[in-house]
Amino acid sequence: MRGTGNTRMTFQTFIFYFLSTVLVVAALGVITARNPIHAALLLVLAFFTSSGIWLLLQAEFLAIALVLVYVGAVMVLFLFVVMMLDINIAKLREGFWRYLPLGSVVALVLVVEMSMILMHRSGGFGDVPMPPSLPAGYSNTKELGLLIYTEYVYPFEIAAVILLVAIVAAIALTLRKRKLSKYMDPSAQIGIRRKDRVRIVTMASEDRQDTKESGKADGEGKSA
Amino acid sequence: MSAVFQPIVNLGYWLWGLLTTVTVAIFGNEIAPYVLYGVNILLLIVCIVAPLMLSVAYLTLWERKVIGWIQLRIGPNRVGPMGLLQPIADGVKLMVKEIIVPSGANKLLFVVAPILAIMPALAAWAVVPFDPEMVLANIDASLLYIMAITSMGVYGVIIAGWASNSKYAFLGAMRSAAQIVSYEIAMGFALVGVLMAAQSLNLVEIVRGQQSEFGVFGWFWIPLFPLFLTYLIAGVAETNRAPFDVAEGESEIVAGFHVEYSGMTFAVFFLAEYANMILVSFLCALMFLGGWLSPFPASWGVLGASSFLWLLVKAFLVVSSFLWFRATFPRYRYDQIMRLGWKVFIPVTLVWILVLGAWMQTPLWIWWKS
Repeated sequence: MRGTGNTRMTFQTFIFYFLSTVLVVAALGVITARNPIHAALLLVLAFFTSSGIWLLLQAEFLAIALVLVYVGAVMVLFLFVVMMLDINIAKLREGFWRYLPLGSVVALVLVVEMSMILMHRSGGFGDVPMPPSLPAGYSNTKELGLLIYTEYVYPFEIAAVILLVAIVAAIALTLRKRKLSKYMDPSAQIGIRRKDRVRIVTMASEDRQDTKESGKADGEGKSA
Repeated sequence: MSAVFQPIVNLGYWLWGLLTTVTVAIFGNEIAPYVLYGVNILLLIVCIVAPLMLSVAYLTLWERKVIGWIQLRIGPNRVGPMGLLQPIADGVKLMVKEIIVPSGANKLLFVVAPILAIMPALAAWAVVPFDPEMVLANIDASLLYIMAITSMGVYGVIIAGWASNSKYAFLGAMRSAAQIVSYEIAMGFALVGVLMAAQSLNLVEIVRGQQSEFGVFGWFWIPLFPLFLTYLIAGVAETNRAPFDVAEGESEIVAGFHVEYSGMTFAVFFLAEYANMILVSFLCALMFLGGWLSPFPASWGVLGASSFLWLLVKAFLVVSSFLWFRATFPRYRYDQIMRLGWKVFIPVTLVWILVLGAWMQTPLWIWWKS
């Protein structure tokens, strides 16, 4: 984020370090939290902060899409599932020491690989150039749309089809007719009319037997 | 009109000048611009949030009055003239009530949940334009921003339901989460139609795109009519209002996700719900009903001029229709809600987006052309 040689702390640098700190703390929290709900909520925080960092890079469409898709939809479903599960934390922790050596080797390899890539690409962390200042009227969304629908149209379509297949597969797996469920056809429910259910009968009321003066029987009885 | 406001504007300029001088004297020339910028933004936020909170308070009164009239009752009429001080009394009552945290509740999340509910309801207003100039942040992707921010409102509900450690609250949260996620898809598709018609994600541009010589018929509610209806109904569902209020469903699960909340924590949920209602009404007015454009021809003088007041009138009509729905329709059953969302709205919006795409390529498209 720093310009070459200029070490003066700009406001953007401050925001960057602030967001990065929150992001790292949240990410650590995700893997250390004992309560799975807390872990999921910290993951939400991590997504939200990283979208803030993307905003600093002037990638506003991607930043907002990250919040919209991951925070607004994916993590909601995650939480939904995690809240319904009865997770036994003690049982999950059982094999911790047994798996620790293997796990730490994998983690170490990952760290080495990632740092190799980061070091190689630009010869250090400090020299990533600032994104060029954009002309007025530049629309991140428009540029992205143009790229997706011209240059990357086939990968985009293929990704869309793969997602569609996944949706169809998920629905097919869960779609089964349960014989016991009392399913009502909504259009049949709406289509019902009064005359299908109720028959209105008009009857003359009878004269009372015990009194003499009950001559005026009201003929328009409304008994249904 | 502007002559009336001129003294106020002058006073504002004078006060701002005074503030600038004081800030420069305290912080010096280097830092003063940053401080002033921050103070400026804060003042603008207050200018939006304070009237919003006031309208929320009086929307509750208006709701009780309207529903009272619909049901041939009088509604609140005891506190102040015509019951006009009722919201104040309610506010004071809620503020002085004890906040009870149930035993076994997750204390931190129990308190965080109402904050998470109201945060998106207020943050979304940052990009809502009231006028071509009156907007806090006229960002390019404001429609996307609103979608992203409002989609976070569900966290307040879910976390409240889970942290309360109560069956009813949890059931309400589950219902609400499923409902909001389902209706967000249809709502998103409706917004896709708007951005196609307006060729922009910027709300100011979207209103500008509805300006034409056709007046009322140039607004997007005509070409996007199915999307307009979908957005309106999905908006009712997103804000958990009747007839989609299964998340609260008082006859089944007491009060749903906020059953364990009392006093001010409950009031914050309440504020969030009503602020969201007003937000959806404003967005409806901006995207489909021409925003601040006047429904009358320009030759009508003051009535024909586009003004901030038109936006208020339109949003008021939409928000009143929310209350009308509540007084008219019985609550949907849960499976009916899901059916409506997935099997009716999503296909309708998808088909209409296709129709719209084809329509815009023909000369029959008389609305906005880039």
